[in-house]
Amino acid sequence: MILPLAIKSLRNRRLTAGLTVLSIALAVALLLGVERIRHESRETFANSVSGTDLIVGARTSPVNLLLSSVFRIGNATNNMRWESYRRIAALPEVAWTIPLSLGDSHRGFHVLGTTRDYFDHFRFGQDRKLELVEGERFADASGTVLGADVAAALGYRVGQQIVIAHGSGDVAFALHKDHPFRVVGILARTGTPVDRAIHVSLEGMDAVHATESAEDGADPLAAAMRNAKQREMQGASRNDHDHDHGQLGIGENGSSARTITAVLVGLKARNKALFLQRQVNESKDEPLTAILPGVTLLDVWDIVAGAEKTLIAISALVVIMGLAGMLIALLTSLGERRREMAVLRALGARPWHVFALLLGEAAFLTLVGIVLGVAALYVALAAGKPWLEQGLGLFIAPRSPSSAEFGLMMLVAASGVLIGLIPAYRIYRLSLADGMTIRI
Amino acid sequence: MTDATDDVVLLSGVRFSWQAASPPVVAVDSLRVRRGERLMLRGPSGSGKSTLLSLLAGVLTAQGGSVRVLGHELGALTGSARDRFRADHIGVIFQLFNLIPYLSVLENVCLPCAFSHRRRNRCEQSGNSVRDVATRLLDHLDMGDRELQGRQVTELSVGQQQRVAAARSLMGAPELVLADEPTSSLDGNRRAAFLELLFRECELERTTLIFVTHDATLAPLFDRTVEFEDLNRIADGSPVTETGGDDR
Repeated sequence: MILPLAIKSLRNRRLTAGLTVLSIALAVALLLGVERIRHESRETFANSVSGTDLIVGARTSPVNLLLSSVFRIGNATNNMRWESYRRIAALPEVAWTIPLSLGDSHRGFHVLGTTRDYFDHFRFGQDRKLELVEGERFADASGTVLGADVAAALGYRVGQQIVIAHGSGDVAFALHKDHPFRVVGILARTGTPVDRAIHVSLEGMDAVHATESAEDGADPLAAAMRNAKQREMQGASRNDHDHDHGQLGIGENGSSARTITAVLVGLKARNKALFLQRQVNESKDEPLTAILPGVTLLDVWDIVAGAEKTLIAISALVVIMGLAGMLIALLTSLGERRREMAVLRALGARPWHVFALLLGEAAFLTLVGIVLGVAALYVALAAGKPWLEQGLGLFIAPRSPSSAEFGLMMLVAASGVLIGLIPAYRIYRLSLADGMTIRI
Repeated sequence: MTDATDDVVLLSGVRFSWQAASPPVVAVDSLRVRRGERLMLRGPSGSGKSTLLSLLAGVLTAQGGSVRVLGHELGALTGSARDRFRADHIGVIFQLFNLIPYLSVLENVCLPCAFSHRRRNRCEQSGNSVRDVATRLLDHLDMGDRELQGRQVTELSVGQQQRVAAARSLMGAPELVLADEPTSSLDGNRRAAFLELLFRECELERTTLIFVTHDATLAPLFDRTVEFEDLNRIADGSPVTETGGDDR
């Protein structure tokens, strides 16, 4: 009986009530959005690499190596020599390797030069393998396999020809029309940076750069010869497919100027990782950095933890301000509602009815605010999805709120009710003092 | 026992002051109101009349003496029992601002039944719904227009608002109606008309009416008139300003 009264009373003050709800909703959406993005970015990062024991690249900071090689954030300052890669791949403790060559782009998507080992050994999420939804792996220098987002965003199908530009970014400078690629396969969605990569063979990468140097005025004959040599090698590589790393195209004795960005290493025995890391880091031949991805990821979290805490604190403050706005609105309404409460008291309303009327109103405003805030968050996440993926590399799949998010909602709800106690107690005191006398 | 039930109000030695140390604003040695009686309490404003009504309604409790309403010693009841007693047995009309602004006319009239099962049951005993009873009461108070009954109360004139308040105080036939200067914002003709309507409804259920006013011209319409200054014997003989108490 108190409830319909409270609802009608609120409807009578729908403008202030609406604004109060709006401010709470926006605050809740912000708070939950920060929490959601924080959680999802960690998930995305943690899911992006799995089963890799070591990542090796040219000497740089561990965090930089991890971010550039796996998450495609920032650029590697240096590349490592092909010979160094060969040496690591040949170590007895090493089970498999995946060389990664980055630095090129196609319409804003990274081009990743690698080998067919990528499809065999790369793991993401909970030890999941890459799967092709269409077509097959690349077999030669002109084949390319697209990540799910690339295919979806650009509308590419198997069989289509694409041209790759040097340099990464939305607008790349040099286009290499001389070496077009053909789409041979499209990967299933992974929710990791793989979805946003264009995978080509290292030979394809070399071909792009060979034509580039030719265009730049280097000896065209040398480039042509190198291309020819590579094609020859590829022909051969199909035959020794099962050889450890034979499909790389260039033999042990190949005097190549090829460099790669990083290499993902899988070990035969995990417990050798630390030993191998030290060995690589102390290598005399070329200054290299080896990292344990899990350990370096913790360093990344340490770096971002401060920013995360600041964001959470700011959004918590915004929530507090939203609730303070509600408190102000309720307290200012008390003046005119004193009269209303005196009438209700004369009709037999008990003091706790009056108390419950105000408290219920605060609770109702807060709850509606929370529900609308959650709805606003989902709308915003859906609308901002392309931007989050392209701009931040965050893959946020729609899902029901986590227990942590429910916890935050409960906290906001509890704070709203707690704040409602203030005007409720005030009007309770006033109604006791006023009694039926309502001359104000 | 019949005697006791016949006395709707029985006051003896009632003392009330807002603060323990301050002189009493109400000091009534004896007052007796019988069932169906229409009593006018006349006195200047600020003489403690409204405070006495609050004591009768059980919103305030006296520090001394006995306030018996319908045979119940109000001082002996708990706060919530007094609230329930008021909801069940007493209708109240104020001078102004009687109505809940965000409810329609009909919803305002039905409101007492929301707080009292007894009054709702009484409405429904006659085989009608609460709304039917409310509509009939409004009809009797010349507020029969259906369009008018659905309106927001803020759109009504003061006279109309007071009739809605009267209808509300009579819902579910409470034994006692307390009216605190309900006519002082009405002009002369309307005052008499309002009172006639109120009396007619009170007679139907033998409802007791205690009517507080400063306007002596209405006295002939009542069964009995009590001069409040004769009734209220404050120690030093001078009336204590009511506003001083109300603003507390």
